[in-house]
Amino acid sequence: MAYTKRFDGRKNDELRPMIVKAGVIKKADGSAYFKIGNTECFASVYGPRELHPRFLQNPKKGIIRCHYNMLPFSGTGSRIRPGNKRRSQEISMVMEKALNPVVDLTAYPNTVVDIYIEFPQTDAGTRCAAISAASIALADAGIRMKEMVSSVAMGEVDGTVVADLTYAEEAFDGIVSDIPVAMVNSTQEITLLQMDGEITKKALIESLNAAKAATAKIHVLQEAALKAKYAGAKTSAKVANAQTKPVEGSQ
Amino acid sequence: MIINKKRVQKLMAEGKRLDGRGLTDYRGPIEIEVGGVKTAEGFAKVRIGETVVMAGVKLGLEKPYPDTPEDGGIMVNCELTPLSSPEYESGPPGMKAVEIARVIDRGIRESHAIDTKKLCIEKGEKAWFVMVDIISINDAGNMFDAAGLAVLAALNDTRLRDFDPVTGVVDYKSKTDNKLPMTKQAIPITVYKLGDKLFVDPSSEEEHCYDAKLIVGSDDKGIISALQKGGDTPISVEDVEAMVDIALEKSAMLRKVFKKALKLK
Repeated sequence: MAYTKRFDGRKNDELRPMIVKAGVIKKADGSAYFKIGNTECFASVYGPRELHPRFLQNPKKGIIRCHYNMLPFSGTGSRIRPGNKRRSQEISMVMEKALNPVVDLTAYPNTVVDIYIEFPQTDAGTRCAAISAASIALADAGIRMKEMVSSVAMGEVDGTVVADLTYAEEAFDGIVSDIPVAMVNSTQEITLLQMDGEITKKALIESLNAAKAATAKIHVLQEAALKAKYAGAKTSAKVANAQTKPVEGSQ
Repeated sequence: MIINKKRVQKLMAEGKRLDGRGLTDYRGPIEIEVGGVKTAEGFAKVRIGETVVMAGVKLGLEKPYPDTPEDGGIMVNCELTPLSSPEYESGPPGMKAVEIARVIDRGIRESHAIDTKKLCIEKGEKAWFVMVDIISINDAGNMFDAAGLAVLAALNDTRLRDFDPVTGVVDYKSKTDNKLPMTKQAIPITVYKLGDKLFVDPSSEEEHCYDAKLIVGSDDKGIISALQKGGDTPISVEDVEAMVDIALEKSAMLRKVFKKALKLK
């Protein structure tokens, strides 16, 4: 029995409905909200700021540091205990590797740009959502970048290559592969590639080629979110100025 | 952040605030959204001005504590995430997070806001434990009042899950219509004192500029269910009276928003 009809009725290359916003957390230097299906995350960026502990400082350029976290009530089972786990540490690390190629912090030696990602709810594809959200938040923070990174999980479920797997699909009783991919949109370079499960070379290449179109769809929404914030800010700048409070002294 | 206590104090002496509000005005908009997170048994997101906080409820079936074999339990945890403010760091909760979690936890537990007896499934063996997590998303001041409101809304949004009566394994995919046995709906309000002025709903700047504060939890009948004094300056009985008056008035105001959001009578 091949997997011909997806559980939620989507086409094979169809992504789940997305809500993408920029600048949702006012305290942060840059922020984003990214929801794809029932996977939902907030990202905020602080920095460049001085890096502690100091031995991590790079005198040639600033570094980025990701903090991926699933909130206690975000899992499909019982409560997730808060705290650093090996899984979140590893995902934070691969996120940094996925974002590093597009971020230019040579102007800020010895500093760090911290990226915090929190998930209120999850239904697979969290690291991809995190990377897509982090890209928007970095751009929103005015960090110098070549381009945003867009990310989605591809996979082969029982012989069929599909985009943006849900948890039910990852748990499909049969041969399944889960391939998180992150791409730089303009060059289609891959900055994140992982694979769980088993897959043939042919299906892998097919998945990666399909990932180009899938990440491009996300990229459109990432750009739109930023444009909505800044184009919106332009027209309503006067109103916004009138509303913002005269805090922190007048100087 | 530039904090200028003198400036805040000078303005406040004239009955003014940095953002032009009156001393006992809350920021707007005040919004409560419930549901929205399918993986949680109950969920609420609260906005007061720019401050945004979420509360999520997870339930677990566990063995009751030996000293209260006929009761379920409640546990409140608060994470002031580094996502929400440059003041917070990763790692174990700081003093502010611990205080928020503890005061809200006590407010629910000691006022018996949840009838924990009704959470018991089998004496000494099985009972529901309610685990509430408060998560700050944007801390622009007055996280405490927002968190209190979020927890209350999330508890009211909570629906129990089905479970296997033999093994006691919870089916987290199921959903029932059974709510938590709530006996009262207490809303906490923090009233601050600076000089001889009292104010509520501080912004991040004002939060650093106070002499004393009093957290007052009260229910819809005006009965006080929790008190906690903070700050390094003592307050008089008259102060307490005035602070409680303000808290009762403000909790009535928040209660209207709360009832509307949860469609309660």
